[in-house]
Amino acid sequence: MTLIELTIKIVEWVQALAAARGIDPSWAGFAAEVAIMCVLGGIVLAMVSVAGMLLIWMERKVSAHMQSRIGPNRVGPFGLFQSVADAVKLLLKEDISPRGKDLISFWLAPMLISVPAVMSFACFPYHKGWIPIDLDLGLLYLMAIGSAAVIIIFMAGYGSNNKYSMLGGMRTIAQIITYEIPAVLAVTAVVMTTGSLKMSTIVDAQSQVWNIFSVWGLIAFIIYIICATAETNRTPFDLPEAESELVAGYHTEYTGMKFALFFVAEYTNMVVVSAIASAVFLGGYYGPFGLGGASPVWMLLKVIAMIYLMMWFRWTFPRLRIDQMMMFGWKVLLPISFANIVLVGIWMAFKTLGQ
Amino acid sequence: MMEQFNNIAPWEWVQLISFYAIAAMMVLGALFVVTMKNIFHAALSLAVVAMGAAVVYLMLDAEFLGFVQIMVYVGAVITLIAFVVMLTQRANQSGDNKATNHQKFISFVSVGTVLALLLWKIPNASWLTTVTNAELANAHTIGNALLTDYLLPFEAVSVLLLAVLIGAIVLSRREKPAKDDGGAE
Amino acid sequence: MIIPLNHILVLAALLFCIGLYGALTRRNAVGILMSIELMLTAANINLVAFSRFVTPNTGAGQVFAIFVMTLAAAAVAVGLAIVICIYRNHRTISADKIHLMKW
Repeated sequence: MTLIELTIKIVEWVQALAAARGIDPSWAGFAAEVAIMCVLGGIVLAMVSVAGMLLIWMERKVSAHMQSRIGPNRVGPFGLFQSVADAVKLLLKEDISPRGKDLISFWLAPMLISVPAVMSFACFPYHKGWIPIDLDLGLLYLMAIGSAAVIIIFMAGYGSNNKYSMLGGMRTIAQIITYEIPAVLAVTAVVMTTGSLKMSTIVDAQSQVWNIFSVWGLIAFIIYIICATAETNRTPFDLPEAESELVAGYHTEYTGMKFALFFVAEYTNMVVVSAIASAVFLGGYYGPFGLGGASPVWMLLKVIAMIYLMMWFRWTFPRLRIDQMMMFGWKVLLPISFANIVLVGIWMAFKTLGQ
Repeated sequence: MMEQFNNIAPWEWVQLISFYAIAAMMVLGALFVVTMKNIFHAALSLAVVAMGAAVVYLMLDAEFLGFVQIMVYVGAVITLIAFVVMLTQRANQSGDNKATNHQKFISFVSVGTVLALLLWKIPNASWLTTVTNAELANAHTIGNALLTDYLLPFEAVSVLLLAVLIGAIVLSRREKPAKDDGGAE
Repeated sequence: MIIPLNHILVLAALLFCIGLYGALTRRNAVGILMSIELMLTAANINLVAFSRFVTPNTGAGQVFAIFVMTLAAAAVAVGLAIVICIYRNHRTISADKIHLMKW
């Protein structure tokens, strides 16, 4: 039973109840639909919060084991409640704000930073027929929402009235807009072969063989993973927030709960780009070569694998300097992604010529 | 006009109310853009107007255009404006930073006249609206149109964008001081 | 389409006139550019509204709006590059003070 069928069943049940009591059934159906949307939204918010907590724990454990140490193991089994302890600590911290700050920007930035990331959760293919909102232009929506997040980082950097925050903010934004273009072009290669921007179509086209198992798919996947790491400001691209360089970049002046909001937004962004990579390149909810059929467990495993990959990158590669980063983005990744699109175009032209 | 409000389904009420709310937000944002002294806040208000415009496009069944509006305007144009605001920040902190110049009154009068004329004539005009049951235009149709009917403007705009790219880079490059051979020894 | 065409046109007219007022009166050069962006956005809303109500199945207005959007971004890019040049030479971006070429 898909989400749409479940919704229709619930709405019809509510409408029958309302007609029996004499209430206008269209308004009752409307109330039922709104209630279902609120429930779905609540589930998404719960997922985001739980994912944030679990990812912080996973990051500390993974980095510990890669550095041959154990990591948090005191607070709960395997240190699972360490994130709760961290959250309580951050809540209890004193809320200092700098003098001369720009009130609107300083206060709004941590509130709005998670908005684009959480909005993306509405379009992910969790299971066959269980995409909450299956837009006809779902992939374009995800890319557009990702690029709208840039201005909020600007607000954070500007509002702090601090030269290092401003500089860190500008570097972060330069990095994000540089690596956004090859990411969109890499995804465009998949859209060209699938012929649609709808998430369910893209995933269903990979039911037999994933997109990564073709030449252009592999190149596009590598480009997308590099760009995703750069867009979420993870090492090797985290110069803007490296402690030895710019104190903490655009979130230097934020303490306590506001810093927690930035922190959780970074991990939510990681989940979003991992989910897009899993859906577009790794076949979403399908197993490899069709074995196991469609299942949400496959999607979860792929997202966790992508997140683990990004955490692996962090402790493997040294940090790139800002000019090396920009050079890599503009002079290496962008031409390769253009060449990839040309390659896909030629492949498709030969395919239709041959028929 | 009031007789239209009888048979409106619930979701259409939502659309109607949200359109008026978004329109009010956009007009307020536009007023902030033209009157705010702090130019960064004006840029943020422009971002609000751009997002509102994207929502209006989505309501008008122009989904592709709505998402492209978010990507291009909010993602790129506002960022560019904010960058330049940051780079020229020191110029804004001098003494007389009033937002508007001495032409305030005359431009208010003339713009007010234009606005009054528009608001008088628009509701009375009879627009040639059609109601077709054919499919609404989607990304597929637009893409096709761009590459078949409107191919020449498409190519011309590509050349224009190349010119703009090169022009903006050349204009904003720092002049390097001329090399001095006498100082080599 | 429950929203009447006239209401959308009125919204676009309001935005256009506010943008026009801003382009005429703002001192800051970047502010003038932002007001021009407002005017172009208003024109875009008009185009898309007419595309929806007059030719919904060809989307000609939307294609036109894409071109307008592209040109607006291009204009802003070059305008801001010029503003940066002016700032470097004159240390000010107030449109009142940049009058070298005035008679």
